[in-house]
Amino acid sequence: MDFNYYLTTIIFLPLAGLVIIALLPRPEPRTVKFVALAFTLSSFAMSMLMFCLFDRSAGAIGQIQFEEKVSWIPTINAFYHLGVDGLSLPLVVLTTFLGFLAVLVSWHIGTRHREYFIWLLLLETSILGVFCSLDLILFFLFWELELIPMYFLISIWGSARKEYSAIKYVIYTLLGSAFMLAGILSIYFTTGSLSMMELAGLIPAKSIIPLAAMFFLLLIGFAIKLPVVPFHTWLPDAHTDAPTAASVILAGVLLKMGGYGMIRLCVTIFPEAALQYAPLLVALAVVSVLYGAAVTLRQKDLKRLIAYSSVSHMGYVLLGIFALSQVSLTGATLQMFSHGVITGLLFALVGLVYDKAHERNLDNLGGLARQMPVIVVVFSIAALASLGLPGTSGFAAEFITFVGCFSSLAVEGIRVYTIAGVFGIVLTAGYILWLLQRVFYGPPLEKFNGVQDADNIERVCIFSFASAIMLVGLYPAVLTDIIKLGIEPIVRSIGL
Amino acid sequence: MEIGDFRLLAPEISLLGCVLLVILLDLFIKQKRILATVSIAGLIVSAGFTLVMWGTPPVVILSRTLAVDAFALFFKFLFLVVAALIILASQDYVNKFERFQGEYYALVLISAVGMMLLAAATDLIAIYVALELSGISLYVLVGFLKDQKSSEAGLKFLLLGAVASAVLLYGMTLVFGFTGRTCLMCIADFLQGMPATGILDNLALLLGLILLVAGFGFKIACFPFQMWVPDVYEGAPTPITAYLSVASKVAGFAVILRVFFVALGAPDWMSLNWGMLFAILSAITMTVGNIVAIVQSNIKRMLGYSSIAQAGYLLVGLATVGMATGSDTSGQSGLIFFLMSYAVTNLGAFIAVIAISNKIDSDAIDDYAGMGRQASLLAVALTFCLISLIGLPPTAGLIAKIYIFSGAVRHGLLWLVIVAVVNSCISAFYYLRVVKVMWLGVPPSKEKVPSSWALRTALAVCCLLVLLLGVVPGSFVSIAETATRFFGS
Repeated sequence: MDFNYYLTTIIFLPLAGLVIIALLPRPEPRTVKFVALAFTLSSFAMSMLMFCLFDRSAGAIGQIQFEEKVSWIPTINAFYHLGVDGLSLPLVVLTTFLGFLAVLVSWHIGTRHREYFIWLLLLETSILGVFCSLDLILFFLFWELELIPMYFLISIWGSARKEYSAIKYVIYTLLGSAFMLAGILSIYFTTGSLSMMELAGLIPAKSIIPLAAMFFLLLIGFAIKLPVVPFHTWLPDAHTDAPTAASVILAGVLLKMGGYGMIRLCVTIFPEAALQYAPLLVALAVVSVLYGAAVTLRQKDLKRLIAYSSVSHMGYVLLGIFALSQVSLTGATLQMFSHGVITGLLFALVGLVYDKAHERNLDNLGGLARQMPVIVVVFSIAALASLGLPGTSGFAAEFITFVGCFSSLAVEGIRVYTIAGVFGIVLTAGYILWLLQRVFYGPPLEKFNGVQDADNIERVCIFSFASAIMLVGLYPAVLTDIIKLGIEPIVRSIGL
Repeated sequence: MEIGDFRLLAPEISLLGCVLLVILLDLFIKQKRILATVSIAGLIVSAGFTLVMWGTPPVVILSRTLAVDAFALFFKFLFLVVAALIILASQDYVNKFERFQGEYYALVLISAVGMMLLAAATDLIAIYVALELSGISLYVLVGFLKDQKSSEAGLKFLLLGAVASAVLLYGMTLVFGFTGRTCLMCIADFLQGMPATGILDNLALLLGLILLVAGFGFKIACFPFQMWVPDVYEGAPTPITAYLSVASKVAGFAVILRVFFVALGAPDWMSLNWGMLFAILSAITMTVGNIVAIVQSNIKRMLGYSSIAQAGYLLVGLATVGMATGSDTSGQSGLIFFLMSYAVTNLGAFIAVIAISNKIDSDAIDDYAGMGRQASLLAVALTFCLISLIGLPPTAGLIAKIYIFSGAVRHGLLWLVIVAVVNSCISAFYYLRVVKVMWLGVPPSKEKVPSSWALRTALAVCCLLVLLLGVVPGSFVSIAETATRFFGS
């Protein structure tokens, strides 16, 4: 018999690890870490296996693969329905990859190991669930599941104003998902279906609840998550105060849930509303890019700086999505993957620097290149990838996005917006190079004399990130071939 | 009247027998724990009778005063389970009133009988009697500690409860005066036969309706009849607070559902009006409950306001029932599922509070600091229940909200759903405050918090149900759907 529970296995392996950790009587911190590592690693291995088995032929366009469907709540037509297509597969792989690396990043976590890894594993399960669900209620359930682990991770192991940031994060996200729930229920009422795959064809042209209302109810939830200016204010706080691994996951994959949701639900189900409101959203995207980058330039705190740069980079995703062309959507999806790896790495490195130098303020840092030769090399790779240097994933993603936007027919005057957006890259170069120089170069400071470089585990972790960046940068087709399969039917339904 | 009618009352009669047994045994037995065992045995027997009758065709007995239908049986079973859990959870608490344990158990059981009759009653007079039966025993239980706070709470509850009963009775009188009937099905027939007019053309009926809402509104503590809640909840013995907030509220919703759906549900000119009335009350109730809960520093008061907010969500279901035209029962089943989930969740939260407060001898939220380390399992359970009250996965609370709101959206109450979901956001703020204090605070001592096995069992049952309702709700939803079958619908 064929094994066909790949997705269930991938999603619930971290959960199984969680149960084992919870049940171990008085475990050593070491044991806990190895259990967490083993389960996240096997989940990653499974997802790589799935990545290899994925059918890339032309016949697979728009096809859901590795589908699982079991009746769940029959009376409201809800199913335990999982599946991946070209859009979600890269994100699933990204999540398992970062989930595994997040355990390595947390290797030196100081207190309350058991609880820490329990929340980290639950977080991974919930995010994987979001990317794999094809039923709206199941999607929503996983979407909400992520809140509690994140709340605990920030509020217990965070720094500075951790409690404030944690509750701010929860309330913001909850508000977004509240509207999302209203949107989901409206869709259910209008079509009687909860299947994300069937809905696109079921939406009537006219319904009691205006289509635009449903579109925006959903969009607000995703816009808060992505985040889009002006809904971004939770992000710098949460990122800055979260522990390193939580920042890695938060920037790496949690934000992508917003972009994924926009493509999968807003654009796919409501192509006409998306087309109608695209000018507004594209404008917001450009504002996010430029405003985010401008604010980043002014940051003094290393972590906050990276956090604000995410606002700017997520603006490219929004721009790519609502330019609504085949190429731009592909670029946006690739950008989500690429940003996940790059910013994940940047946060991991910032965490390392802070762990070793106990300093995050740019004014007090400097000359660390001598003490941390390995970290500085990897940091430079990440930083250059972030500003889009050819040969890194950042270049591939941003280039494809901009090309797609420039030639898009969806929005009047998209070229102006695109050019304005490209200017964001200039600003990025500004703050990234400035950051590198302030932290690592310049005369070595005496107070950092005893600072160590990355140890072996940390090296494994950051080298893995860096190789992913290079791999996708040198051979983007490894992902774009897959992404295309998921994007094509969406673009067809827009009909441009 | 036939003798067979009494066979259908087996759950109530057996439980009454158990009450008498408990009172008698109390005279002779020194070892009071046995009384708890007897009470639980009585509840189990009664629950057994209820289960046996599940699935039999609905009938109405004793000259159309009591119905034995899926709806009544479902609620009877729910009350029995809740009463049993309350008695289990009281084991750590009853030592505070060593002398009156027999009375305590007996009153809890009598109140349960009253609620069971309430869920079954199909006649205005029977409803009133059942309401008083459960009410009077609760008045006594609230004042059971006999200290100043408890006595004050008992007296307040008694006085306000008496006023509410009077208002309810007046409402019933007006409805009777208008229709000339007391049995719910007969009232429905009368209203069906009337020419379709506006509600404003029948002012006496309108006034009766409003007074009914007011009287029942006291029982479920909806705005503007919620003032008694915080004081009574704070003063009452904690197990009784739990009983009030769960069983008594569920009973209130059950009786409202039956009265309004069976008697006043049919003509649209009636039902759309009370549906809208409930929708407005719902929006105000949840907002008031949630906002006032934010500033509370006592956990029992906070849970009191939270239960007001939850009543607001439940009213969404009632509003849906009113707004629904045709034979759609999504409002009823949503409400029943939410009641199930609310009952186990709130009970779980209160049981954890009983255990923790017993040890630290305080109900102040700040004193819960560090409970995550001092009493890990209790803190996990309380956190889990609070998460369910917010409506986050993987708990009953989320599915219940989705289910009840989906019905509301279907019947044009999207605005109310948006008010409700925004309210859930507000509620996260104060629920998470307790969570934060428990897990982030520093414990004053390393001493473990003890709890009896009885209490732990009750808590485990609640948490397990919260999880099951949240992860595999399918079968519970179909139970809720079955339970919407009233006699006469």
